[in-house]
Amino acid sequence: MQDMGIQVLFEGINFQRLLAGLMVSLNLALISMAFSIVLGIVLGMIMTVKNRLVRLICRIYLETVRIMPQLVLLFLVYFGAAKHFGVDISGEMAAVIVFTFWGTAEMGDLVRSALISIPKHQYESGYSLGMTKLQVYIRIILPQTFRRLLPSGVNLLTRMIKTTSLVVLIGVVEVVKVGKQIIDASRYENPKAALWIYGAIFFLYFAICFPISRLSAVLERRLKT
Amino acid sequence: MKQVILETAGLTKSFDKGNAVLNKIDFSIHQGEVVVIVGPSGCGKSTFLRCLNLLEEADSGEILLEGKLINQEKKNVHKYREQIGMVFQSYELFPHKNVIDNVCLAPLLVQKRNKDEVKEEALKLLKRVGLLEKAESYPRQLSGGQKQRVAIVRALMMHPKVLLLDEITAALDPEMVREVLQVVLELAKEGMTMVIVTHEMEFARAVADRVIFLDRGEILEEEKPEEFFTCPRTERAKKFLNTFHYE
Ligand SMILES: Nc1ncnc2c1ncn2[C@@H]1O[C@H](COP(=O)(O)OP(=O)(O)OP(=O)(O)O)[C@@H](O)[C@H]1O
Ligand SMILES: [Mg+2]
Repeated sequence: MQDMGIQVLFEGINFQRLLAGLMVSLNLALISMAFSIVLGIVLGMIMTVKNRLVRLICRIYLETVRIMPQLVLLFLVYFGAAKHFGVDISGEMAAVIVFTFWGTAEMGDLVRSALISIPKHQYESGYSLGMTKLQVYIRIILPQTFRRLLPSGVNLLTRMIKTTSLVVLIGVVEVVKVGKQIIDASRYENPKAALWIYGAIFFLYFAICFPISRLSAVLERRLKT
Repeated sequence: MKQVILETAGLTKSFDKGNAVLNKIDFSIHQGEVVVIVGPSGCGKSTFLRCLNLLEEADSGEILLEGKLINQEKKNVHKYREQIGMVFQSYELFPHKNVIDNVCLAPLLVQKRNKDEVKEEALKLLKRVGLLEKAESYPRQLSGGQKQRVAIVRALMMHPKVLLLDEITAALDPEMVREVLQVVLELAKEGMTMVIVTHEMEFARAVADRVIFLDRGEILEEEKPEEFFTCPRTERAKKFLNTFHYE
């Protein structure tokens, strides 16, 4: 049994440390997602305006973010900012900035397409009841937009959770980093540790992301209009 | 003479530099009057109603609500729309709200009326149109005819000074047309001021105090329904009415 190597997960506080690392990842993802949702809604609304220049600028932003690997963005913000502007930001801070920058673009595009899928008559029946533009947006358009956004928004959240593993490369101690530390520490007495640790990490990600996507499927069915 | 509720003078509207869709329309409707607008497809009927409700901006001309000019300042548009009810051809209930919330939303949000009072009125009106038991249903659970009746109730809940109806039965299956038109006929009897666009000539004849024949953006005829439907004065009106007869 000694050679299975699974005991590495339960030695000392190894498993707690992995969980704590996972919380770091989750925290980064959730904070970035919260910012992305708020800013993405605003961006999505801006992207539906008639002004072509405004739309072009939004488009350029969106495409830039999509083309650039998130890792490059991370390095750019973390190392670039420190070097050129002399601002010393933490890895977590850089991560939140980058993921928000990315998430806002993706979210904005999702909001935009949900917004334009809502028939013009929904706006007009609101207006003809004497509602102001803002009231129509808040009470009629956005609630319907959210329903349409739910599946793709949750998909974005799970992608974001997974992508947070990149922050290991700018020195943030999250679940993958913790795993690596544990593996390094037990390299000699337990050569199979890597398999078990990464297996556990795989399982942890699954345990987080799977329920989220199930939940969205359930909500989607429940909210179906 | 009863008070003039809604009035236009020289109302003109065109889309993208094209020909005028509405050409210098002079129109007025009195308290309690029912005006039916008929005319061939594309003659500008919907555009006219949409201008009255300020959903389209007229190029020139005036729109007056109870004598007050309403189409000059942009800022208070919603205040005027609140007083002009409109029901469209396509069912446009809010799909994420049930029937009672659909009809109560604007009175609560826009008019800030008392919740219990609004709900009580809503139930009363829903009962009148035979939909009391659907109060908790969602729009997707209703038939087209039921949706349109709810849409009428939703507009009535605002106590509009005038109600604009744009072909509200055009998208309905034939067997549902009557239940909706019945509601409109009752409203007319009660003295609701209405501008109605319809292709249902029988109904137009029954409900109208005055019929307006609109063609290519101009009012060609304007008279009592008996006269219009029995002996229209213009050739174009004759031709139009003949399209409803089968030999
Ligand atoms: N938003 C718009 N942009 C450009 N043209 C428009 C627009 N809305 C209407 N039109 C044009 O204006 C004319 C009048 O349209 P309108 O919808 O008022 O006609 P209508 O009398 O209501 O016809 P129908 O009986 O088919 O409903 C049509 O030629 C139409 O193509
Ligand atoms: Mg029309």
